[in-house]
Amino acid sequence: MHVYLDNAATTKVLPEVIEAMIPYYTEFYGNPSSFHSFARDAHKGLDDARRTVAKCLNAANPSEIYFTGGGSEGDNMILRGVAQAYRKKGNHIITSKIEHHAILHTLQELEDKGLATVTYLDVDENGLVDPEAVRAAIRPDTILVSVMTANNEVGTIEPIKEIGAVCREAGVLFHTDAVQAIGHIPMDVQDMNIDLLTLTAHKFHGPKGVGAVYIRKGVRVPAMITGGGQENKKRAGTENVPGIVGLAKALEIQTGNLDANMKKMTALRDRLIAGVEERIPTVHLNGHRTQRLPNNVNFGIRYIESESILLMLDLQGVAASSGSACTSGSLDPSHVLLAMGITHEEANGSLRMTLSEFTTEEEIDYVLEILPPIVQRLRDMSPIYPKGGVE
Amino acid sequence: MQYSEKVLDHFQHPRNVGEIPDASGVGTVGNAKCGDIMQMFLKINDDEIVEDVKFKTFGCGAAIATSSMATELIKGKPLAEVEQLTNEAVVEALEGLPPVKIHCSVLAQEAVQAAIADYRAKKENKQKEEAPKAE
Ligand SMILES: Cc1ncc(COP(=O)(O)O)c(C=O)c1O
Ligand code: FES
Repeated sequence: MHVYLDNAATTKVLPEVIEAMIPYYTEFYGNPSSFHSFARDAHKGLDDARRTVAKCLNAANPSEIYFTGGGSEGDNMILRGVAQAYRKKGNHIITSKIEHHAILHTLQELEDKGLATVTYLDVDENGLVDPEAVRAAIRPDTILVSVMTANNEVGTIEPIKEIGAVCREAGVLFHTDAVQAIGHIPMDVQDMNIDLLTLTAHKFHGPKGVGAVYIRKGVRVPAMITGGGQENKKRAGTENVPGIVGLAKALEIQTGNLDANMKKMTALRDRLIAGVEERIPTVHLNGHRTQRLPNNVNFGIRYIESESILLMLDLQGVAASSGSACTSGSLDPSHVLLAMGITHEEANGSLRMTLSEFTTEEEIDYVLEILPPIVQRLRDMSPIYPKGGVE
Repeated sequence: MQYSEKVLDHFQHPRNVGEIPDASGVGTVGNAKCGDIMQMFLKINDDEIVEDVKFKTFGCGAAIATSSMATELIKGKPLAEVEQLTNEAVVEALEGLPPVKIHCSVLAQEAVQAAIADYRAKKENKQKEEAPKAE
């Protein structure tokens, strides 16, 4: 059996999405900036996509959507752009300790260059940011608060609407990296008090290397990539029209199926969580039990190391991950788990399994069948596993 | 990242896993970088031949495979030879490791050396204890 449980890393592209993209490679391949019918058709594809994305996010106007080359680019554009455009007001930025590296490494660089002063907020043991901690951290020179909508490793869903309200009240811009949330849980930029938002298509069954940012009207974000005047002068470069069309198609489909998918995945997620807790002693569910993405399961499995579990699972056809895909080559334990107060040793044994609506009950049951003996085999090999097992 | 067939074989079917209750020397080493831990048990006879060897490892796939391979390379060998075991030899026997995983093989070399050091220390203590009695 081949079971793909790494959907937080990336997803498979829906056939309908590929179908929608193909004409933009084969027929409407004109450069949208050119002056002829080929260009007009391509331009129409862009306009339609922008409208669709605006509608799915409940943005007030399609002109508030700008297409990018993905999530990392969107995060970079917003952080660097806001730091530059609002430097007269100040350079203080507030974020959390569990953000994606696209946020953390970018802020680190801005700090190193003296372009930002950053406050990294703690999270509780479930990975939650406290909106009151955001309020307390805001200073007169604070220009931006950036807190992710949902965490990519442990699936915890942050109180975005409340954090947004705190920012509104204080007159501070609020950005959320919604890469893991879009297409998975309901999002409404107006209702949730969001000024800036990042998304990427490949996390909701769209193509890789294409994303979008929402920039509320009136918020200044200068171009990070300069050149031609594409994307209303905010992002130069001939548009990835097929990718953008695919992004919009995937988002439209996933938004339409949101309720049904959430229900289905939550049931499978909880079946997997309950099954692991029932069959394997001394495991710890990382992240919030209920305020959690419907597709995320993350366990700390004591006395053994993630990579060995992943390798065993892979040899039996199951694709999972230890945390984020980007850090799997690194030796450092997850900054997310450490921020949640989990010990170095326990963080070493984390196993993330992320579902999609294509995941079946049979697949979950197969994992529940093969995982306990894998864990036991590795524990029997481990010098830190207590003799005689654990109660 | 890709492991060689040999690594996967030793990972899936590790040789000499376990403990030796009356081991002549036990070495436990850890890698501060990744937090992984390896333990080697040696049974050394009077002719200083490594009669038996067992290991336990808390670590990645490469750590498990290198411990397993190290035990195979030293079992039945004279101590003088075992002492010369390098991590390069273990890596070579495994048909290579990905660059980020080379440090895991160092753990295997260190665990063997630590077990030998433990054996020597124990032997010295025993001789010291026995020496006054002989007088
Ligand atoms: C929370 C979060 N932000 C940003 C990214 C980066 O997105 P991309 O891979 O499209 O650059 C990812 C995923 O990789 C993510 O999970
Ligand atoms: S990563 Fe630690 S021993 Fe391999």
